[in-house]
Amino acid sequence: MSGAKKGAELRLVTPGEAIGASSGARAGSGTLIMGSNIIATKVGWVNQNNGVTSVDPIYSAYMPRSGDLVIGVVESVRNNLWFADVNGPFNGLLPMSLAPWKVEFGAARQHMDIGDIMLARVQEVDEAHNIVLTMKGVGLRRLKEGIMSNISMNHISRLRGDDDATLRQLKEVSDCRIIVAENGRVWVDGDSDGITFMRTVLELVRNDGHKANFNDSLEALIEQRRNA
Amino acid sequence: MGGYGDVQLLRDDGLRLDGRKVDEMREVKVEAGVLPAADGSAWVKHGLNVAVCAVYGPMEAHPRKIQRQDRAVIDVRYNMAPFSTSDRIRPGFNRRSREISKVTAEALESVVLVERYPRSKIRVEIEILAAEAGTRCVGITAAAVALADAGIPMRDLIVGVASGKIEDTVVLDLDKAEDNYGQADLPMGILPTTGEIAFLQMDGDLSVDEYNTCMEYNMKAAKEIHEIMVDALKRRYIEKNGGES
Repeated sequence: MSGAKKGAELRLVTPGEAIGASSGARAGSGTLIMGSNIIATKVGWVNQNNGVTSVDPIYSAYMPRSGDLVIGVVESVRNNLWFADVNGPFNGLLPMSLAPWKVEFGAARQHMDIGDIMLARVQEVDEAHNIVLTMKGVGLRRLKEGIMSNISMNHISRLRGDDDATLRQLKEVSDCRIIVAENGRVWVDGDSDGITFMRTVLELVRNDGHKANFNDSLEALIEQRRNA
Repeated sequence: MGGYGDVQLLRDDGLRLDGRKVDEMREVKVEAGVLPAADGSAWVKHGLNVAVCAVYGPMEAHPRKIQRQDRAVIDVRYNMAPFSTSDRIRPGFNRRSREISKVTAEALESVVLVERYPRSKIRVEIEILAAEAGTRCVGITAAAVALADAGIPMRDLIVGVASGKIEDTVVLDLDKAEDNYGQADLPMGILPTTGEIAFLQMDGDLSVDEYNTCMEYNMKAAKEIHEIMVDALKRRYIEKNGGES
């Protein structure tokens, strides 16, 4: 919700509300063309960019897309594959062939068991929402240490900042390794002091992530940490 | 609902027993996002009716036999709390709650863009905490706000509203006495921006003219309730934002 910075220029809409005429404009995400109007389908802020009218929703569920970096929690294990909860409507499937280890048939559980956390990428999503994950790639691995936390999908961009500037700053001041995945999950690893700081930051994101003064609050928190 | 001749529901001055005019609605209050554990939620007070609705999902539809390959299914559970009426209600599902759950789900399916979420399920839990006639309408209104709060794409909000006939007079928004002793009841689910009807039931007899008057009253009330619903959804974020939108 980067648009929240602009304050009064923004227009909050609810489902069914007409945003503008459909002629000459294209309907983007969160909108629908009905008759001669573009209408909102979600509660959110209107965003008009390059002739595309869309609605940035205030709250939305994670819908996996191919290429997304996700943090998954193993929910069940078969002889040759794992099912992981990726915070979406359907579990992701990680086949043995896309795991980073040489796995014997029937030995999947020795590498990752129920409740283990993985950093994976969405390899493929088909029309029926079947999600295939891969752990073949740079940095993709089982996450053995650190903490995992959830934030709203719409706050991801606010935690990252423009060109990941905010995230870099947070990594620097907390001295932690931080991964912000596309599915609204955040992984933090470092010393306990850094993790405590990051917990405060994530709490701020959850509670105030949509507010116009979020960046100022975060800046104050970072400054406080620097001066400590 | 055959009418009870000995019960006076209209006063001599033409007003109803609670002092409302024939085309006057009970007071409606709506709050969005009242339950932190749900993906979306709403609280609606309509007269003395109080409903809370929680929405979860979209999630994988279980059991698998209920999955639809081309769209999501909406699983509605309407329930009246045992303490919601003057006589205690035996907890759990009964024929009436099953029927209302079914018709509510069908009404909601016409506004939710279910084709966006194949094979999934959207769970809608409606709990009536206090009942004073018209709970199915209050449930629909609460469900619409909760669905919007959960970020489920919809082509419109849906408003539940009812009117009926008492002492041969068409009135808007029946209260308990009017519902029990009146002649007819016409609850509707209306899409306020287009005026489409997603749900309609009729209990009792109405002439064509009476039906048209009921429609007129319901449409007018739906627009009023819609404004309150929109205000609740917007207020949630504007208030949190310290007055900024």
